[in-house]
Amino acid sequence: MTTPTQPAPTTAARAPLMTVADLRKHFPIKRNLLGRTLSAVQAVDDISFQVIKGETLGIVGESGCGKSTTARLLMRLIEPDAGVVTFDGNTVGGAHGVGVRDLYRDVQMVFQDSYASLNPRMPISMSIAYGPLSQGMNRKAAMAVAVKLLEQVGLNPVLYANRYPHELSGGQKQRVNIARALALRPRLVILDEAVSALDKSIEAQILNLLIDLKQEYDLTYVFISHDLNVIRFISDRVMVMYLGHIVEVGRVEDIYARPEHPYTKALLAAMPSMDPRKRTETAPITGDPPNPIDPPPGCRFRTRCPHAAQICEDRTPSLNDGAATGEGHLVACHMRDRRSGHPEARSSGASQ
Amino acid sequence: MADQVSAREAIEGPIPTLDPAEALARAREGKGYWKRVWESLKDDKVTIVVAIVLLLIFLAAIFAPLIATHDPSKGSIIGRLKGFGYKDHLLGTDETGRDMFSRLVFGARLSLISGVLPVIFALLIGGSLGIAAGYLRGRVNTVIMRSMDVLYAFPSILLAIAICGILGSGLENTLLALTITFIPPIVRVSETVTVQVRSLDFVDAARTSGASSASIMCRHVLNNVLGQILVYTTSLVSLSIILAAGLSFLGLGVTPPDAEWGLMLNNLRQAIWVNPTIAALPGVAIFITSMSFNLLSDGLRQAMDIRL
Repeated sequence: MTTPTQPAPTTAARAPLMTVADLRKHFPIKRNLLGRTLSAVQAVDDISFQVIKGETLGIVGESGCGKSTTARLLMRLIEPDAGVVTFDGNTVGGAHGVGVRDLYRDVQMVFQDSYASLNPRMPISMSIAYGPLSQGMNRKAAMAVAVKLLEQVGLNPVLYANRYPHELSGGQKQRVNIARALALRPRLVILDEAVSALDKSIEAQILNLLIDLKQEYDLTYVFISHDLNVIRFISDRVMVMYLGHIVEVGRVEDIYARPEHPYTKALLAAMPSMDPRKRTETAPITGDPPNPIDPPPGCRFRTRCPHAAQICEDRTPSLNDGAATGEGHLVACHMRDRRSGHPEARSSGASQ
Repeated sequence: MADQVSAREAIEGPIPTLDPAEALARAREGKGYWKRVWESLKDDKVTIVVAIVLLLIFLAAIFAPLIATHDPSKGSIIGRLKGFGYKDHLLGTDETGRDMFSRLVFGARLSLISGVLPVIFALLIGGSLGIAAGYLRGRVNTVIMRSMDVLYAFPSILLAIAICGILGSGLENTLLALTITFIPPIVRVSETVTVQVRSLDFVDAARTSGASSASIMCRHVLNNVLGQILVYTTSLVSLSIILAAGLSFLGLGVTPPDAEWGLMLNNLRQAIWVNPTIAALPGVAIFITSMSFNLLSDGLRQAMDIRL
């Protein structure tokens, strides 16, 4: 996979399209007789970030780190326990906020499972036209939107308009899903593992299609993946998640060239090298992430971190604690905060 | 509304290959699920034969006055419990000398009504409740499903007998009792399949189009659960016929002068030592009909189990 070809957004156009503040979702798994939660999976725990207009924000992390929950929270497919999501200056939900129905005109999502996200009993053109129909467009106009979008995602409407999902390949289905997401002309598209289930060659085609569509429709992407190569290829900025927390955010070139958080370093070191002389010799991190039902207090990565110290257990590092090495490069690690008291704490701007 | 305008702008661009009206027509004629079900059914000989048998029984019931050779309630003191072909009685006569063939044909009317109507009513009510419970979840689900559990606590035949016993005999009360009996299992089946479908991404995708719950249930959930609910419901028809016959047999269903298979079986049971073939005829009719519905249900299950 090649390095990103699209230009990074200029500093001047750095207006946030979506702002997320202290978003939290704990899934209750055990309740007492009074319905009070006894224990819960802390899927997403007080995360805050911004999506800049016109950028592609990549969210990366291992399974169960809360990537998909974040996507569904942004789409309000599940209700957050706490936190505020602001889209284009308007608060989403709440008494005074913009309604979820209106949010869906501007924010759309592409799901991971290209098959399950299409109604098997509906011709694909109908699936695409359903959004515009629901928003009050007449049948003919909605169908025209569907036909045009099918063409734009590279499926000939003459051949494919009346097909059912089971008559398409995985890549074709994901093209339909992208068309469906674009049918309402959104400004922000959330792609939740949108290419993870596809063959490598198809994956590249879909990624290129996404880049083309982004330019054509002036879109902003939140791109969720566990694949570091894909994230590097498509993202302008990268957000690394671990066990419901954000551990590092920054421009893609900063993150990949100078990862600051031990978890990000470990993730990048686990990437298979293309150079046979630089084989990965040892597994950089071992074991599984701790149980999200009862996460360790303090820094959640400390149980697997080679640099863990007492302070990591006592206090949760916040994203702002991290010393930046590049523009907007935030790290949640005590080692990057001189005043934290971590024995290996280093001053701002230092790199290994 | 601004988005609609922009969406309309999107269509002003050239559409070189396919006219939207034609696309709409094509999408409608696409080789959908039900077409596939029919194609698979066509090759299933047992189901086709069974369907023809049921069709004949239905036609016989509808055109009973034309087919019946005698007045079904006109008896004869001399010609009681006579065998096949006695005088011009094709299937003999019953304990009061009424023509068995005519009574069976007329009996098909009430038996089919009590077999099919309660199931249709229960399908409409139970299906809607089940889909609503499965889709809306939360409190709605709790209220609907726990109420069904209360009804479930009684064995179905006992529930039907109890309702009929309270309301008194008669066709309407039989239908009502059977409908109430069949609602809980249909609710449970539709709730289960709806919960399965509800968890699929395309329902979430439909939600992100801003559509109402009602629209999603009708356009996305219903067509994915209907097949399984229908298959289950068809299997209930035979049970309903047997239950209705049982109620009549106990004297809680149809009242005596009318011909109904269960009632006929009850009246003829005293004659089982005199002329067993005649006494068995209503039972045979019930057997053939309910068996046919069961086989039809099996056939439908196979045909509808298409992995798309």
